[in-house]
Amino acid sequence: MRALVLPILVPLTTAAILLLAPKRPLLQRWVALTGSILLLGSTLMLFRRVEGEGIQVLQVSGWPAPFGITIVADLLAAMLVVMVGVVGVAVTAAAFAGVDPRRESFGYHPLIQILLMGVSGAFLTGDLFNLYVWFEVMLVASFVLMALHRTSAQVEAAFKYVTINLIASSIFLTALGLLYGVAGTLNMADLARLWPTTRTPGVDMVLAVLFVIAFSIKAGLFPLFFWLPASYHTPPAAIGAVFAGLLTKVGVYALMRVFTLLFQGAAPALFTLLLVMSVATMVIGLVAALNERDFRRILSFNLVAHIGYTTASLSLLTPAALAGSIFYVLHHIVVIANLFLVSGVLLRLRRTTDMIGLGGMYRTQPVFSVLAMVPIFSLAGVPPLSGFLGKLAILEGVFDAGAYWVGGMVLVVGLLTLLSMGRTWTDAFWRPAETAVDMTTPGTPLLIAISGLSLVTLAITFGAGPLFELTSRAAHQLLQREEYVRAVLRGLP
Amino acid sequence: MEVLLAIASGVLYAAGIYLMLRRRLAQLIIGLSLLSNGTNLLIFTAGGLTRAQPPVVPDGADRLMPPYADPVPQALVLTAIVIGFGLLAFSLVLAHRVHATIGSDDVDEIGRGR
Repeated sequence: MRALVLPILVPLTTAAILLLAPKRPLLQRWVALTGSILLLGSTLMLFRRVEGEGIQVLQVSGWPAPFGITIVADLLAAMLVVMVGVVGVAVTAAAFAGVDPRRESFGYHPLIQILLMGVSGAFLTGDLFNLYVWFEVMLVASFVLMALHRTSAQVEAAFKYVTINLIASSIFLTALGLLYGVAGTLNMADLARLWPTTRTPGVDMVLAVLFVIAFSIKAGLFPLFFWLPASYHTPPAAIGAVFAGLLTKVGVYALMRVFTLLFQGAAPALFTLLLVMSVATMVIGLVAALNERDFRRILSFNLVAHIGYTTASLSLLTPAALAGSIFYVLHHIVVIANLFLVSGVLLRLRRTTDMIGLGGMYRTQPVFSVLAMVPIFSLAGVPPLSGFLGKLAILEGVFDAGAYWVGGMVLVVGLLTLLSMGRTWTDAFWRPAETAVDMTTPGTPLLIAISGLSLVTLAITFGAGPLFELTSRAAHQLLQREEYVRAVLRGLP
Repeated sequence: MEVLLAIASGVLYAAGIYLMLRRRLAQLIIGLSLLSNGTNLLIFTAGGLTRAQPPVVPDGADRLMPPYADPVPQALVLTAIVIGFGLLAFSLVLAHRVHATIGSDDVDEIGRGR
């Protein structure tokens, strides 16, 4: 049972140690890297447990389930927490290539650890109010990381980011207050047990809409995503990698939880709402991405569009579609974090991520270009890479559920993604550069981090069979609920 | 009493959202804090108001019999107040930073400063 708290305790301890030596950057980097590797180790241990022995539950301080706070890891949570470890290691390794000294002396490393702790906590908690608290932990860390700078673009981005997230938190909290008033509990398993008997259609709809709005802001769904491309491209690449890889996925995860636990069997209009929002996100996100000429803004819009993929197949709530959605989330965390690190190398080499200043990378930086091919073409969905397999899994689920028009949109948007990423590859790497020259070296630590994440992508690609079996099991667990409820509320009638 | 508190919470929401739609940073922050206070009041009210019925198991009984005042919403509100206060302090500092960097407290100016 102890394995369950390690993904939360390890980053907390690391952050506490890091705070002791604020003025020694090199020492901090090593401590942070060690902490992240330990985090990855503990998450892998937890995953093995969950995979082998079933759902793991810890009642904090021994208070039994509906009264105390429960920490619980089912397959979905365990797999996502492993991804937190992977991204954590990559980002702390990338810090060796140099962090802006001001940021570093003002707590860059401890904040990253606190952020990782918040994300792990959000994935592992079994209580909706506790989920709100973890959201806030993670948000405050991200606020400070975002605002630790004085250029006007960054301050402006931080301001938008903070405001919209505070509004989303208020809406989430409102939903929690109403839910507690109706159901009398916020423990997820207890809710899953009680809600089907206490729900009334009106309350159900109000709560669901509040949850959808709050989590759609966090995840970045249309029409609530505009804050994301307006802010994610301003912080340094490593911070962008954590934000893009993990933070939006917490929103998707929260949607998966509330939709499977609470709103299975709710009014179909609710699922149509989420489906329409998701499809609009896909289309508008990608059309906007095609209109951009800056590498990081292209990434931000692609990120938004692909979040739409995952929520579209989530809203169908069939086992196959949900399994595809989970697979895609796992693949996307790695790929998008990797691409933000690639943008960090581009920024280092050319001092810009605008396509005008890029180009000719293939000639000047052949190794880096080959490494960058993996995430770029994986996101584009070129077979046989993980993006292609993820889309295939989603398509299978969508067609299986009979939502042919959604399948059609997934295909069209897939084609647009191919166009967007193909053009990005051509413009940034393949096209001969007229004037641009590389200012410096790409930075070996960054290249190591990128190749590490690329290896994970390749592992997802070649291990797709077993992984897909795992995501199918996770989807089954989510939809069946009984196993989850039984594990958490052991001994209750 | 519930009706009164529900109305108060609604007024706080309305005032908060109105202030957030204004153009000045200070108004936006006051709006955010009103919104979070409205939410706190809502949690408190939605949990049900019970007077003079402490949640203490009486002598001779082995469990609580309703009606009793539910302590959980109060615990939730307390947590939310603490978090809200921290976020309010942070957003005040951020607003100060925005004003120092951009030289204006007009939200439209900030949007144009790219």
